[in-house]
Amino acid sequence: MNPKQSFYKRYDGLILGAISVLLVLAVWEIIWELGWISPLFFSGPSAVAKQFRETLLHGTLLSDMAYSGKNFALGFLFASVAGIVFGIIFGWYRWIRLLSNPFVNAFYSMPRIAMVPLIIMWFGIGMWSKVFTVFLFAFFPILVNTVAGVKALDPDLLRAARAYCATDWQIFTTVALPGSVPFILTGIRQGVSLGLIGIVISEMFGGSEGIGFMVAYGGQTFQTDTLFVGVVVIASAGILFTWLAEKLERRFSRWKPEHH
Amino acid sequence: MKLAIDHVSKNYRLDRESREVPALVDVSLSVDDGEFMAIVGPSGCGKTSLMSIVAGLLPFEKGTVSIDGNPIQGPGVDRAVVFQHASLLPWRTVSGNIRYGMELQRRFDAATMTERTEYFTKLVGLGGFERHYPSELSGGMQQRTNLARALAADPVVLLMDEPFAALDAQTREFMQSELLKIWAQTRKTVLFITHQINEAVYLADRVAVMSSRPGRLKGLFTIPFGRPRTLALKRDPKFLEIEDEIWKLIEEEQR
Repeated sequence: MNPKQSFYKRYDGLILGAISVLLVLAVWEIIWELGWISPLFFSGPSAVAKQFRETLLHGTLLSDMAYSGKNFALGFLFASVAGIVFGIIFGWYRWIRLLSNPFVNAFYSMPRIAMVPLIIMWFGIGMWSKVFTVFLFAFFPILVNTVAGVKALDPDLLRAARAYCATDWQIFTTVALPGSVPFILTGIRQGVSLGLIGIVISEMFGGSEGIGFMVAYGGQTFQTDTLFVGVVVIASAGILFTWLAEKLERRFSRWKPEHH
Repeated sequence: MKLAIDHVSKNYRLDRESREVPALVDVSLSVDDGEFMAIVGPSGCGKTSLMSIVAGLLPFEKGTVSIDGNPIQGPGVDRAVVFQHASLLPWRTVSGNIRYGMELQRRFDAATMTERTEYFTKLVGLGGFERHYPSELSGGMQQRTNLARALAADPVVLLMDEPFAALDAQTREFMQSELLKIWAQTRKTVLFITHQINEAVYLADRVAVMSSRPGRLKGLFTIPFGRPRTLALKRDPKFLEIEDEIWKLIEEEQR
């Protein structure tokens, strides 16, 4: 096999992905330059890039990103810790799981956006309403996946641990936790995407800072270019975080046969 | 006498029929220090229940099980189990799994655990595979890891629950000889459960035969062959004779 071919085979996803993105951008840019679309309702790649540079250097883009990023990180951290801890408890103790089931199911399946106005009433329009919204959005997928992971633990492993006199704590740290890690990471990956929705939504509902606010404000004042900058930043964050979560998932699943 | 099983009875509750079904009835068996005892019986004879009871994993109604005269209460550091399914932690390497039993029992310090892990890895013939994960091992090698984990924990009595049942016929024969070689170097007291008569006769000093439904002890055979034993023994007329006798005892009741 010649090296060019093997290079293509190794990175075919990346190469084809890049080609398709560049192609779409080029067509979009041409249509934009020809003036076929109104700048009031849409924007073009070059205009978005220019506005990006503008808000980055002279505007509030960096501080907006920092504000959103901080609130997202805080809410997501709480959601991860709480989701994993409660997930292991609910997964382990059947009766606690049965007691909590109606609420978990209700919250997991309801459109959580409906809660945002209420959250703003509780926490005001400051950062804590954002943090809590992210928490609420990200918590349930992490919880539900962790519960599934604990329930799927191999009973043979639990039996072996008991035969070697394992304490409950040892079973937790050596079997239950590592055994649920692949499920927990799936939950984290889903929690990241939902948490991003949470941060944008909560900033759109109230406040005066952040990327979500930037998008809402851009829309209300017909600054379509600014709106697009916000959308691009959110989309990039989504891609970056999902990629990181997938990398983490692979890192912790290397003992699985399909990854060799 | 190292291990004494004294008048043990165990009932199972059938939830659907809300009645108790006897699984083991009045089983008594004693295993001497350094003896290799095999229990053979058809499926459903309660031999696995008996093993779980001795391991301390299954509560029972009547009787006592004692080791060195001390009645058991739950799992203990005086026993280690080699399971039918290797039951290895898939996220730990061979070394990590062999160390695992010792880690849980917390009888050795870290340096001793490392030393023992190395020694038993080599003893079971897994030198060079220390960093492999269980998913990268064959069934036979997984069972070697399972065995090394149990031996490394330094039990008074080694419990083996049909450890070769899931292996293919050739690997099983090979593992039987390997087990005898390893055992010769450790001389642990062993309780070995199997449904294969020739496996029991080949490995053990004595073979206890169990009947099914309910599980009872039906006969006890002393195997007259010296050690070391080779696979050729399985074709010895005396071997076949003992095998046949045990088979008749089991067959009697199958009819």
